Amino acid sequence: MVGMSVITLDSLSVPQIQDLLHKARYIDAHRRQVAHTCEGRVLATLFYEPSTRTRLSFETAMLRLGGQVIGFAGAQLASVTKGESISDTLKTVSNYVDVVAIRHPKEGAALVASRAASVPVINAGDGGHMHPTQTLADLATIQSRFGRITDLTVGLCGDLTFGRTVHSLIETLCRFGNVRFVLISPNELKTPQYVLDRIRQTPSCSYVEVSDLSEVIGDLDVLYMTRVQKERFFNEDDYLRLRDTYILDETKLSLAKDDMAVLHPLPRVNEIATEVDSDPRAAYFEQVRNGMLMRMALESSVLGDDLPGYEPLETRTLEV
Amino acid sequence: MEVTSIINGIIIDHVPAGSALKVLDYLDVDPSSARLALIMNASSERYGRKDIIKIEDIGSDDIDLDVLGLVARTATVGIVCGGRIVDKLRPVLPEHVVNIITCANPRCVTTTERGIDQMFHLMHTEREEYRCDYCDEEAQF
Ligand SMILES: [Zn+2]
Repeated sequence: MVGMSVITLDSLSVPQIQDLLHKARYIDAHRRQVAHTCEGRVLATLFYEPSTRTRLSFETAMLRLGGQVIGFAGAQLASVTKGESISDTLKTVSNYVDVVAIRHPKEGAALVASRAASVPVINAGDGGHMHPTQTLADLATIQSRFGRITDLTVGLCGDLTFGRTVHSLIETLCRFGNVRFVLISPNELKTPQYVLDRIRQTPSCSYVEVSDLSEVIGDLDVLYMTRVQKERFFNEDDYLRLRDTYILDETKLSLAKDDMAVLHPLPRVNEIATEVDSDPRAAYFEQVRNGMLMRMALESSVLGDDLPGYEPLETRTLEV
Repeated sequence: MEVTSIINGIIIDHVPAGSALKVLDYLDVDPSSARLALIMNASSERYGRKDIIKIEDIGSDDIDLDVLGLVARTATVGIVCGGRIVDKLRPVLPEHVVNIITCANPRCVTTTERGIDQMFHLMHTEREEYRCDYCDEEAQF
């Protein structure tokens, strides 16, 4: 992966994703040993729209590997770029830094950036298009809870039409195979056909579409909650009715398996009641930690900086 | 219907009915200066109705078969030499098209970034589905 840009997860092979998951676990268990891995390196976080939590995650990841960080975000933007094209900004910034994380409101902006840059570019979200490190965080969380990301019943709940993190997670899990998807949404927010086709094309995966969370929650290993956003609805009544149908609270959770994991890409609005936070099944704050660990794994990998003491997954598998 | 045949040139047959002018536009053939004949809404055994384009003094090298495949997949190109069809070409769907179609997604980076090519890739051959390289929006023809 050295020198590679990561714009979508399609650019990573299944073994590469597995190795990143493995690396993230290693990093978590060896934080002191890896603390100087990227010494002398500089990450630029170019955030053309504010997303403080994602930016902090990318920056902390680099700092924890011993590297340093420059960048801009949101408000400072106008004075930094002065209407300059993405390509020109990246050609300039490539001279300063070793790796770039870019967030931009336009879809496809990260691809434009990676084509102009001479250093690896990581997509930190390009509009509603792709957000590969979010999916990596989701995978790492499922992996840490179950020790695997296959042979699971994964429920996805809420806005399944516009929620791209959901589509990306489904598509990536299909590459690994052996997942039963339970797609829980109101009729107005069902999963798009191309995502259903993707599941259908995977012989080891299957799906059912339902509209009642309580009815299916007992079957699930993973419950991935999403925001039901107001702007998706024509009228306030529909929004309020649907929003409240898809709230996860202790009553619904009492019907779930003891080891079910609740995930959410955060920030939440009200779709998970705060009373759920103290339940051991709540995994969404762990997801944040896993996001940082996966970004550490990714940043060190594209830079080609070896983690001290780390053995890649392939050689370990060969030895077994 | 009788239309003067051409001596040397090409006959683009089986063009979807009503789309001949659009096809000429995509092929960069200027109907105001080229010597051509258009037959629109002719009856077709295969497709019900079709358009036919005959262009004099032009070779198959002068038109982009990839572009033709994109806008009129059913079309065939007859090469006419001395009043006879000497060869017939079928366009295929190109894998990748650059600067022929424009992305219709208002959120796409191509709407704001200066100096970048409009690029689409073939996603699904049977459905003739092209998607934008940048934002993955389906192409509109
Ligand atoms: Zn586009």
